[in-house]
Amino acid sequence: MATLHTRSAARLMIAPSVLLLLAWMIVPLALTIYFSLLRYNLLMPGMEEFAGLSNYTYFLTDPAFFQAVFNTLAIVLGVLFITVVGGIGLALLLDQPMFGQGIVRILVIAPFLIMPTVAALVWKNMFMNPVNGLFAWLAKLVGLQPFDFLANAPLFSIILIVAWQWLPFATLILLTALQSLDEEQKEAAQMDGAGALSRFIYLVLPHLSRAITVVILIQTIFLLSVFAEILVTTNGGPGTQSTNLTFLVYAQALLQFDVGGASAGGIIAVILANIVAFFLMRMIGKTLEA
Amino acid sequence: MARNVSTQRKLVTTVVAWTIGILIFFPILWTFLTSFKTEAQAIASPPAFLFFDWTTENYFEVQSRSDYFKHFMNSVVVSFGSTLLGLVIAIPSAWAMAFAPTKRTKDVLMWMLSTKMMPPVGVLVPMYLIFRNTGLLDTRTGLVLVLTLINLPIIIWMLYTYFKEIPGEILEAARMDGASLAKEIIYVLTPMAIPGIASTLLLNIILAWNEAFWTLNLSAAKAAPLTAFIASYSSPEGLFYAKLSAASTMAIAPILILGWFSQKQLVRGLTFGAVK
Amino acid sequence: MGSITLKNVSKVFGAHAVIPSIDLDINDGEFVVFVGPSGCGKSTLLRLIAGLEDVSDGAIVIDGKNATELPPAKRGLSMVFQSYALYPHMSVRANIAFPLKMAGEDKAVIDKKVEDAARVLNLTDYLDRKPRQLSGGQRQRVAIGRAIVRQPEAFLFDEPLSNLDAALRVNMRLEISQLHQQLKTTMIYVTHDQVEAMTMADKIVVLNRGRIEQVGSPLELYHRPDNLFVAGFIGSPKMNFISGGPAASHQAHTIGVRPEHLVLSKDHGTWQGTVGVAEHLGSDTFLHVRADDIGTLTARVSGDFPVTHGDRVFLTPDPQRLHKFDEKGLAIR
Repeated sequence: MATLHTRSAARLMIAPSVLLLLAWMIVPLALTIYFSLLRYNLLMPGMEEFAGLSNYTYFLTDPAFFQAVFNTLAIVLGVLFITVVGGIGLALLLDQPMFGQGIVRILVIAPFLIMPTVAALVWKNMFMNPVNGLFAWLAKLVGLQPFDFLANAPLFSIILIVAWQWLPFATLILLTALQSLDEEQKEAAQMDGAGALSRFIYLVLPHLSRAITVVILIQTIFLLSVFAEILVTTNGGPGTQSTNLTFLVYAQALLQFDVGGASAGGIIAVILANIVAFFLMRMIGKTLEA
Repeated sequence: MARNVSTQRKLVTTVVAWTIGILIFFPILWTFLTSFKTEAQAIASPPAFLFFDWTTENYFEVQSRSDYFKHFMNSVVVSFGSTLLGLVIAIPSAWAMAFAPTKRTKDVLMWMLSTKMMPPVGVLVPMYLIFRNTGLLDTRTGLVLVLTLINLPIIIWMLYTYFKEIPGEILEAARMDGASLAKEIIYVLTPMAIPGIASTLLLNIILAWNEAFWTLNLSAAKAAPLTAFIASYSSPEGLFYAKLSAASTMAIAPILILGWFSQKQLVRGLTFGAVK
Repeated sequence: MGSITLKNVSKVFGAHAVIPSIDLDINDGEFVVFVGPSGCGKSTLLRLIAGLEDVSDGAIVIDGKNATELPPAKRGLSMVFQSYALYPHMSVRANIAFPLKMAGEDKAVIDKKVEDAARVLNLTDYLDRKPRQLSGGQRQRVAIGRAIVRQPEAFLFDEPLSNLDAALRVNMRLEISQLHQQLKTTMIYVTHDQVEAMTMADKIVVLNRGRIEQVGSPLELYHRPDNLFVAGFIGSPKMNFISGGPAASHQAHTIGVRPEHLVLSKDHGTWQGTVGVAEHLGSDTFLHVRADDIGTLTARVSGDFPVTHGDRVFLTPDPQRLHKFDEKGLAIR
């Protein structure tokens, strides 16, 4: 729609961002690939040597790796399930007429604004702590033994904390989408004799599909790299029970100083993320086109 | 539907919604309350909800023991710095893509979004080494640079969706009226885009403030923002609930308030305008 | 002054030629209307003249100077947009002053010119308001004000009335015509509404699929359409077209009769038919008659002609005003 003049100016103005992001993509990634082929430990400087694919074999045969892949997926899927289902429910609830809707919204959105380290620490110490936590007190109140969440169900606890942080996001987006549903459509469906359930299935859910796609896409981006929550609660443990890929690579690199091994892990994480991204982008591409 | 039935229904909805809302908010409320307790009251059983001796000593304690203000300033500098730098780079790009789109514009945007898909661990090692070798490790400058890069795609997308909503005819009118490209951007586009730019700014400050992968891994003592400051409480110190709560409250309060004011923009921004 | 010449101008988007090739002369001071159905390329043509789009080929000459490569601002043209394109964050005053400010005029000169324009357009009381506080018609006038302060070689209007309600549209039509008489500046006006074209234009350019179908004064187009397209497009209600037997008897492939040129009678005439719908406007009545063996014909009769649904009537075309077309759709004269 524009003229040649504006188009060449446009190219000039896009250039900085494209170049920066390109550099950001390529330079570190290339270095990671390079390091992943070396035997390279920060504790033994000057001992670097070419190691072929041994870092990869080491990483891929490490039982911790499979546990980490499983945990990564468990966190992503678990949190997605809780937040999408809970988010739809909450959004439907908040869409009803009520007193003080604005305040409820403010209460519900709050967890999203909390930095991950704070969220994790507050849950870990003040709620899940088996001695002084509120959950322990509640359990004792009804005559149960306090449950040591982080020791006995570390992954579940982390999923719970992360889901608490992301539930507001899903709710808010779904609520916004819900509010854009045409009032007349609902009334037409009512006139056509559709009950509340059929209205939900045939009208509301299809209308929300785009918003649900967006929630899944964006949460997945962030959930694949959950890190701080694990770092300050379980430190990946006990053992590797709550270690995800991100944490595994971090531990390899900055706790064991094994640059080569960590790089191989990083590359594997990138490949896995790309597989996930491939499907996601196709999904969102289709939904957003419409 | 009879009127009294709907009032009744409204009351029921109100009670249910408030209950759930308060439950979700409870951890934050509890943290806030605990921050005013003494350490003994903080772990008392049964827990004290409101009737305890309110005290503010925890806040002074946190400040004097771990220098809250230093970390607070680090957070401010890092989140504002990275957002402003990001805006400076992103505004021209978003302008170009919104108002002079080519066949490839959509692909470029998608590609930019896809850079967010790259897991940060994939580049953690080289970034750490680059930072160590260039002296950027544990500096505010370093954190500003990294956060600018990771949030740049989001900033561009957000601005793009806002700019898209400005009718092209208005910019053409400016062109017809004799405005050069620079004047068109200064006098017409920017004033019209200010609400959008403001929400982009807000959202990215929130994201940068809470970013906890790079800030934890690339900072230590000197440049550590509040995310890292709080992480230090994961050690046994965290068992001092009242102080942990005071520190937490101070770390989240600024951004919580900012976020409450901008919840609408939050949705639009984070969904890249896909949900309105 | 404001003469504009298009030489062999074409515009191609990708593989699609929106405008294959157009030659057109617009004289100084003329009110020219580009009219045609949506997608006919009329807006594109206007934007080419404005410089908002690059021509793919050909030349645009404004006031004797080749303007093909000039940026929009250097062509000495003003434009009024369909959405008005007012700057929402500026007051009416600042909106009107904007082109002068861009031209680096003196503050005092700007003030005076803005005041003058506001007086002409009845906007004096609204100068300090924001566009969103104005009604549709007032916004329209601000857009015109912003266009006239520059004293351009020519004004370009892109469907400026399409966002107004019917009554206001008639008013603004009149105001724009009066403005043209006052300023005597060249105006190019794009519309899909043939009534606007007929009432305002000195010269109408009928466009269809990127080609010029006919250029002429409103009455020329009405009385002597060059082809079926123009005949069908100009005039309301539309001209009736009849092919087959009745056309052959006039040595034509198709004949056309305007509804106002059909004489109606209850007892005698050329064709017979049954009244389907009668639309009573008061002054006139439009009759949709299912004529035997011919199809539906529209006739325009005086409002007091006593007729109703189901009546049998006779229709006779005025032989002086019968339009004949060959098999290519071109007029036979």
